[in-house]
Amino acid sequence: MTLTATFEASARPPARSVPRGLVFVLPAVLLLLAIYIVPIIVLAGFSITDYRLGAMNWDFVGARNFTAAFADPVFIRALANTALYAAIVIPAGVFIALGIALLVYGRKSSRAFWETAYFLPVTATLVAMATVWQFLLHPSLGPVNTAITWAGFDPVSFLGNPALLIPTMALIGVWQVLGFNMVLFLAGLTAIPRDLHEAARIDGAKSPIDRFLTVTWPMLGPTTMFVVVTTSISAFKVFETVAVLTKGRSGSETLLYALYLEGFEYSNTGYAAALTLIFLAIVLILSIGQTLRMDRKVHY
Amino acid sequence: MSRQSIELSGISKSFGPTQVLKEIDLSVREGEFLSLVGMSGCGKSTLLRIIAGLELPDDGVVEIGGENVTSRDPADRNLAMVFQSYALYPHMTVRQNIATPLRMRMLPLAARLPLLGRLLAPRETLSQIDAAVEQAADTLQITHLLDRKPAQLSGGQRQRVALARALVRQPAAFLMDEPLSNLDAKLRAHMRDELAALHRRLGATFIYVTHDQVEAMTMSDRIALMIEGRIEQLGTPDDLYRTPATLSVARFIGSPTINLLPAEVTADRQVTVAGMETGLHAEEGPATLGIRAEDFHLASTGMPARLLRAETHGADRFLTCQLMAGDGSVVVLRQSASDRPSADADGKLHLRFAADRVHLFGADGRRRPVYVGGKVAA
Repeated sequence: MTLTATFEASARPPARSVPRGLVFVLPAVLLLLAIYIVPIIVLAGFSITDYRLGAMNWDFVGARNFTAAFADPVFIRALANTALYAAIVIPAGVFIALGIALLVYGRKSSRAFWETAYFLPVTATLVAMATVWQFLLHPSLGPVNTAITWAGFDPVSFLGNPALLIPTMALIGVWQVLGFNMVLFLAGLTAIPRDLHEAARIDGAKSPIDRFLTVTWPMLGPTTMFVVVTTSISAFKVFETVAVLTKGRSGSETLLYALYLEGFEYSNTGYAAALTLIFLAIVLILSIGQTLRMDRKVHY
Repeated sequence: MSRQSIELSGISKSFGPTQVLKEIDLSVREGEFLSLVGMSGCGKSTLLRIIAGLELPDDGVVEIGGENVTSRDPADRNLAMVFQSYALYPHMTVRQNIATPLRMRMLPLAARLPLLGRLLAPRETLSQIDAAVEQAADTLQITHLLDRKPAQLSGGQRQRVALARALVRQPAAFLMDEPLSNLDAKLRAHMRDELAALHRRLGATFIYVTHDQVEAMTMSDRIALMIEGRIEQLGTPDDLYRTPATLSVARFIGSPTINLLPAEVTADRQVTVAGMETGLHAEEGPATLGIRAEDFHLASTGMPARLLRAETHGADRFLTCQLMAGDGSVVVLRQSASDRPSADADGKLHLRFAADRVHLFGADGRRRPVYVGGKVAA
């Protein structure tokens, strides 16, 4: 105890350098305030009013926006849709990317080609790509349905059948995140010391499954955690595909799309602010939860 | 079980255009401690990796216990290896690390899977594994560390865990790739003793790769000194020290480095150094005379030299002198610290050497016979 006390006392800077220190942290503090803190406070302020964009006056409504949200069938549906979308995109986007990374990692001369090929969707704008997907999945014109009918099945109306809307968009979402996740996994694979694989081989890990379970998977822990968190966040933020492909018809709204409709189409700024806070809370709880839960397991 | 001979014949290996190993023949006897020594890049690690099965030779045959294993998977060679980096699995506790080689061999794949595997593993096998792990940990005195992760261990402790993981199943032989080079000097000397003791106790075959001649000299039964992909000399530490087959071996083995003096053998077979006759006889031609520091002594007559520096290392004193004749070579002489340096006021002294302990190398670098008064000296 005494040691700690001495340490703290000696670590405290002399009084005259405090103002100078404050000057140095000021730019960062100002930026942080302007970009994150003040907007969130303003947002929280809006969320307890019935403010509509352009209106001259407004009233405080307390928590009424939040209670209204959970009674709103559109919002509940958007929540369920987003959950379904995330439930497909997160596992598929993480594990397929891992599989591809393992395959690409084994290539020598063609590795650069595969990396580029899988990474291209990440660099493309999703709005443009969604239009391409619309064509690909078109019931009569699209090559996907041509292939399905050629194989002897009935054509599938991917973007017409309400039950298929979210899964179809989830497939596009998976396609979009694969390349980024694959590159992350490749970086993780490269960082695994060769000695560990060799030690495992000598220890008797003959099958690739054994080597994967003994070395690769545990050593990829930190990478996997990062990939899961970023994929979850991008899954919850799904917006472009909905805006371009379905515009929320047949009950295919997602959280962000519902929020956009309220805020910018219907000008319900107060209500949209409340939805935004709910969205923020969900993303924050999920990512902090995942990080805390997994962090203990992946860092040795 | 852990005493198997290893036979290498005609092992060659190239990486791209560079030939790393050139037709190596080597037979390691069962229960022997054999060191592969050489500078970095001489191919010693590659040779060890070929024995382990981590690398395939372009040519040649590897036999363990009389069986040809050249193309066999590392897992099926029943060898254990200790890596320079220790290569411990960082996510496992020490206990799990040591148990891994046994789990891989004694449990079916299904029982090794995470979660589900625990239910499928036969209880009896698990308790056998536990007992073996405890025993290995006990041998290396790391029982108190069994539940820690490698990150919580010091370098020396990790080294012990790596050794325990190697000896937990009785392998045909232990392969060690510079296992001590990540330790500090004091711990290295200590682990050297422990390794030698471990070898005596287990009676197992050890193949030990190192660039440190001291490690090789102190622990090995035999040393294979490698230079540029070839085994330059194979013999006991004493053989290599007392009768180095080539100039390179003489230079590599021994500390301080052997003194090498340019010599000339005249037409009447007299060996001369710096124009002085040495009383030695050999075949005519240019040569190099090698004299170890301890084979020089001070005398009232002999080769005149100037004392440059005297360093006392506890019991020994090393005198660095420059010969005053010939090309002025600098030589190091070892004497007991209790002897007086006996240089005169200008630092001049006279050197003599033990004629029966010199090494003569021809222009091709090979050892040549030397005679003192008709008898073979060395």
